[in-house]
Amino acid sequence: MPRPEACRYMKSHEWVSLEGGTAVVGVSDFAQGEMTDVVYVDLPKVGGKVKLGLACGVVESVKAAFDFYSPVSGEVVAVNEGLAKDPALVNRSPLGDGWFFKVKPADPKETESLMDWGKYQDFVKAAARP
Amino acid sequence: MTATTLRRTPIYESHKRLGGKLVDFHGWELPVQYEGIIKEHLAVRERCGFFDVSHMGQVFVEGEDSRAFLEKVNTNDIGRLVPGKAVYSHLPNERGGVVDDVIVSCLGARRYLVVVNAATADKDFAWFKRQAQGMEVRLANRSDEYGMIAVQGPKAGALAAADFPAVASMKRFCALEIEVFGQRSFITTTGYTGEDGLEFIVPAGIAGRLWDDLLSKGRSSGAAPCGLGARDTLRLEAGYLLYGQDIDDDHSSLEAGYGWVVKFDKGDFLGRSVLVEQRDKGLKRKMTGVRLLEKGVPRPGCSVLAGDRRLGSLTSATYSPSLQAGIGMGYLDGDVPVGARLSVELYGRRLEAEAVKTPFYRRGHAET
Repeated sequence: MPRPEACRYMKSHEWVSLEGGTAVVGVSDFAQGEMTDVVYVDLPKVGGKVKLGLACGVVESVKAAFDFYSPVSGEVVAVNEGLAKDPALVNRSPLGDGWFFKVKPADPKETESLMDWGKYQDFVKAAARP
Repeated sequence: MTATTLRRTPIYESHKRLGGKLVDFHGWELPVQYEGIIKEHLAVRERCGFFDVSHMGQVFVEGEDSRAFLEKVNTNDIGRLVPGKAVYSHLPNERGGVVDDVIVSCLGARRYLVVVNAATADKDFAWFKRQAQGMEVRLANRSDEYGMIAVQGPKAGALAAADFPAVASMKRFCALEIEVFGQRSFITTTGYTGEDGLEFIVPAGIAGRLWDDLLSKGRSSGAAPCGLGARDTLRLEAGYLLYGQDIDDDHSSLEAGYGWVVKFDKGDFLGRSVLVEQRDKGLKRKMTGVRLLEKGVPRPGCSVLAGDRRLGSLTSATYSPSLQAGIGMGYLDGDVPVGARLSVELYGRRLEAEAVKTPFYRRGHAET
């Protein structure tokens, strides 16, 4: 499980972590709290292509549906099958067992344009302010 | 809208202390959840849940003509309501639509309490004043003076009875005038969850104290504070209407599938002739329950189709924690029989569904 400090973040609250040559993606702890109980996650298929900033999945919670925007471009090499059986993993462990899918990045440097942990925390504080 | 303009209930400090996730609900700052909607939902189904419903309104009706007045503005039979009893009812308009859905409690001879929805409290009161013209009726909108706490679930009665022994002998839809911390209050055995339970209507100054006190006593038997999220999933499973979403000034009680609250034989009331005509000629559209047969969560506004023909759209829809399936209801054209194959359009996809009877859930078991 990546440390939150080691991830990069989208303004739409997806995280990406580079582990070796693979990028792992999911939604942040803040996002899962905002979504409320996740009951269904629609993921892209293995072998499919995703592009940074483009919607590639849907998260359904009890309250609403949320588009998932890929925080990285490349080919999907694995999806988290555990989410089909237990979508609440997203709430319980958003950076761990609740990961979404893994990508072979087209450009490993691409995610450097995203927010680091410090910037993301500032962003969340501003977003959470009523 | 900023936080400073939102209204807070007298239980606000407790919500913050309990870690409630506060949202703007029609201008009120209320918790959507504390620990999780599904967890809170199941706490109510299996044990006991607490809801802050202080945003709801209280209108007191007194005077010589109070009964005749309430008979006129309600579809249900207020004339048969004896002191100590309560009834769910609709307030009809002259066009057959619904001004609000309410619970009327008879507190004594010519003395009634009408609990109205938060967003409609002012509209209802203005409506009441207009309809009461020429009648010997005293109306008081005391919504701001009271806090309201719903304690719901199979363990709610025993929990309340420990402190208020009179509750033990109350059946469903009873009303009791009682002192809470020495102040005149009301308990009704009513709710919005489909479980047995009760609602406390207490002066705002003691609402927070009652919430903290009862909740801490209930913790050992698994009581949990519950937010608006669970309130919505519970009420929809129970087939209860949400005013402004499922019914409004342009939909009738009959169309909403609530013919049982319309008592045609009680004498005249507002909109009666329109409702008689609807009853006799048949309805063009009717509230119909829908259950998804595949994965997905329907949302209000989703179209419902039979084949390629659009029958209507869902007014309420969600994920049902008890059925572990997507459920919804909406006004569909014609008479759609239970079991009819339908589809629900969600983000451009058509998901398989079927028409089902409501409620989706009855105390103790899910309808299958």
